[in-house]
Amino acid sequence: MKRSTNILMLVMVVVLMAFPLWRIQKPAPGPDGKEAEIFRGSDDQAKDLIGTIAPGYKPWFKPIMEPPSDEVGSLLFALQAALGAGFIGYYLGSAVTRSKMRREQEKQC
Amino acid sequence: MHIMEGFLPVKHAIGWSVASAPFVAYGLRSVNKRIKEKPEQRMLLGVATAFTFVLSALKMPSVTGSCSHPTGTGLGAILFGPAAMAPIGAVVLLFQALLLAHGGLTTLGANIFSMAIVGPFASYGIYKLGRSVKLPFGVCVFLAAAIGDLLTYVTTSVQLALAFPDPAGGIFASFMKFAAVFAVTQVPLAISEGLLTVVVFNALARFNPQELRDMNVITKEVQA
Repeated sequence: MKRSTNILMLVMVVVLMAFPLWRIQKPAPGPDGKEAEIFRGSDDQAKDLIGTIAPGYKPWFKPIMEPPSDEVGSLLFALQAALGAGFIGYYLGSAVTRSKMRREQEKQC
Repeated sequence: MHIMEGFLPVKHAIGWSVASAPFVAYGLRSVNKRIKEKPEQRMLLGVATAFTFVLSALKMPSVTGSCSHPTGTGLGAILFGPAAMAPIGAVVLLFQALLLAHGGLTTLGANIFSMAIVGPFASYGIYKLGRSVKLPFGVCVFLAAAIGDLLTYVTTSVQLALAFPDPAGGIFASFMKFAAVFAVTQVPLAISEGLLTVVVFNALARFNPQELRDMNVITKEVQA
């Protein structure tokens, strides 16, 4: 596949993410005057939905360890992404070099 | 798709754990066997794991005004078969459950079932189907990754609907509500995941064509 196709696909991913950030408006504050939230996690929304469907439900188990703040939480998420991206980068880097060296060797023969 | 800690009734939590366990055990055995036979594939297995690590850490905004994340399981399912992704997904989910309070131990079984079993099996099936009707390689990979991602979230909606049926409309009405939260938000993200998976596959096919051919993932025609 051509390089331009790859770049086009990456651009599409960025557009798919940027479009909602640009277009979606923050909902008006609710009747209780509380500021409406936007771009919350869908997992949290599902939790709220459980609360409306089964108001009597009480979670019967608590997380053993919770990140003490959002900052620490984002640190751990960033760590998770960095570990993965680092490994993929290492693998692709060595694969690119390997194929380059192989091509040069073939040229010399 | 992470059902939060304690948010599945005990019976459901146990049921989904029992359902997931054999997949994880079988997947672990098949991965071990494969690495023993072909140690050179270890790095590629690492790439599949790493891809899931990255994508499931990225919470992306969606057109519904909420955020969710892709799963990244399609890549590994196509490379190593769907069973291999059960233990890999389990590792990622365990990491998030223990350190991030994202998902949980009691809901681990249910989350493994949606992300590491249904998603990968769907991806693999769609990929094989696409190849058998001679769709281009890139199109197959895209559809496999995107639909696998989406079905993971549909599965979560089913799991929550079964646990919390709507008092008036029953399980189906409840499913529609949860699907509105999960599946609709997921559509653009699933497309993103499909595109990213194709980009990574293109890179693998370009620089490691021999390895992919050995794994019967690509045939001669795909090399570009």
